Amino acid sequence: MDFLIFQVPMLTVQAVLDGLLLGILFALIAYGMALQWGVMNIINIAQGDLVILGGYIAYFMYLYGIHPAWGVIVSPIIMYFVGVIIYKLVINKVVDRDLFISILATFGISILFMQLMNFAFGADVVLANSGYGTTMLFDNSVTLPNSKIFSAFISIVFAIGLVIYMKKSKLGRAIRATAQNARAAKILGVDTEKVYAATFGINAALCGVAGALISITFTIHPYMGLPYTIRSFMIVIVAGLGNLPGVAMSGMGLGVFEEFADYILGTEFRIGSVFLLLVLILVYRRFKLSRKREYLK
Amino acid sequence: MNKNIILYAGILIFGIVAPFIFPAFKVQLSILCILIILAITWNVQGGEMGYNTFGNILFYGLGMYLCASVQVGMFFPLAEWTEGGGEKTFVHTPAQFFQGFGVGLAVAAVVPAIIAGLIGYSILGLRGHYFAICTLGLGVAAGEISGGIEIIGAGQGFTTPPFPNVDRLEARGEFFYFCSFIVLIFTFLAVKAIYSTRFKLVLNAIRDNEDKAEAMGIQTMKYKIIGWMISAFFCGLAGGIMGGLVGYIDSTDVAFDGREMGVFMVLMAILGGKGTLWGPVIGATVFHIFKEGFWTFFLGWQYVALGVLIVVIVIYFPEGIMGWLREKYPERFGEVVDEADRKAQVQLK
Repeated sequence: MDFLIFQVPMLTVQAVLDGLLLGILFALIAYGMALQWGVMNIINIAQGDLVILGGYIAYFMYLYGIHPAWGVIVSPIIMYFVGVIIYKLVINKVVDRDLFISILATFGISILFMQLMNFAFGADVVLANSGYGTTMLFDNSVTLPNSKIFSAFISIVFAIGLVIYMKKSKLGRAIRATAQNARAAKILGVDTEKVYAATFGINAALCGVAGALISITFTIHPYMGLPYTIRSFMIVIVAGLGNLPGVAMSGMGLGVFEEFADYILGTEFRIGSVFLLLVLILVYRRFKLSRKREYLK
Repeated sequence: MNKNIILYAGILIFGIVAPFIFPAFKVQLSILCILIILAITWNVQGGEMGYNTFGNILFYGLGMYLCASVQVGMFFPLAEWTEGGGEKTFVHTPAQFFQGFGVGLAVAAVVPAIIAGLIGYSILGLRGHYFAICTLGLGVAAGEISGGIEIIGAGQGFTTPPFPNVDRLEARGEFFYFCSFIVLIFTFLAVKAIYSTRFKLVLNAIRDNEDKAEAMGIQTMKYKIIGWMISAFFCGLAGGIMGGLVGYIDSTDVAFDGREMGVFMVLMAILGGKGTLWGPVIGATVFHIFKEGFWTFFLGWQYVALGVLIVVIVIYFPEGIMGWLREKYPERFGEVVDEADRKAQVQLK
């Protein structure tokens, strides 16, 4: 085989490191997905579009001369309110209904967002230049942009912060109670409507952080949302709901897989391979479960 | 019964006469036929079987590529054709064109059905939203991958053979219109025939409770695969015709266009009413008229309108037009209604 990656073994290290740093970002998005899936039992196809919207907030700060790293603070605050508004307008009507209804409704939101972003920000591929420079490792054979390290670090900080918040704070406890049993929580005086709105807001805020980091590290484009949704869905079904270490691990695994697919199959098949991997994982799980006469629930 | 015959005869006559009365709308009428076929096929899958799919676009796009490739490949080297400029150097004679199109359509129908049968066993074991997301992934993956394959034009697209020069200027539109109309009638009658058999009852049993259906001794997997194959067969046919009609195939914008056609078929079936014979037909007609009538006023805001439309239909109108009619005039759907009972229900609301 004459693939470049096998001729230059150092590229393997490069791909693994890139993949791990990228995977942490995916895990952050997937965490939001798992949160809303577990608490509200909806699957949000617009997840990726929220990410991209968060990225554009950071990009605009960059355009107006503010350092885009501040987007990590500003973007989640704005996105929280965007999330709450989406919840009030649409999501609260689909929460206790068929999952397919929520998939279709959020698909509609996704199309809406894509096009609105296309109008507002144009169809160009953009990135917010952070000017962080790069780090060279192993005798200059492996290049790591500092922005990637920065984004992985920030993701970990936010993830740990959120875990602590969910454990300790009053709202966090209310969210966990609602996830366990919404009816019982309601009886015990939890305002589930508020909890749902807050959950969706927190999810959107996480997307905002991830988006801001993506706009610094990679590029963003109005139509790039769906792959992020699929990635986070995939991570959640591999890890399972409420399994945070699992989400982090499978996120990083996916990141490494993508980097290798990029090197071996070529960049034009990168997104396709992600979608195919989703299909393969689902089919694998299906056959594994069907031996026990069960199916994915 | 008599009323039905008059209705069918009326639609048939309208269908035959329409392109001559409204010559300017021939392309729109053909697209309407295609949309109705897609809505009907989606309904077999999503409405009757309860397996909501986003992935039937896979078979549509596959049919499109297959029909065009066969039509070209039968007479000329395919690689040279797609490399650019091929459609100018090689010219189909009328006989070659129609022969190729016919064979292409047959291939475009049969191969997707076989593929549906092959992948059906693995994919249809998934249920509910896992199936929906998995098929969504399949559709997008097919688009991304076909966009990287050189022999079918990769990213630059595939020009289908131009319609041969016959004397009549109108011939192209009429040809494609009647193709799609005949396929529509064929699809409708086939699905209607299927719906009058035990097969439909099995599909409905799977929709209502698959575990119980299995416990009653129905081999659900077999029926699910057959249902999906039927869906894929007609989807492929529709795709093949649409490819010829559009004249240009692009991997993500025309063939595997999950954002347009893939959503349209779901939306049309839901708008008309899932799980009814006429629902998708009505839904597709209303949707197409709405789309063509109002799209021009939105000028670039179509997708915004589409997104809003999806949300509104899904949230406020999930039963569709047929469901609404059924609630309003249950007698006409063969339901026996106790008058006092209905009044009591109205008061409850």
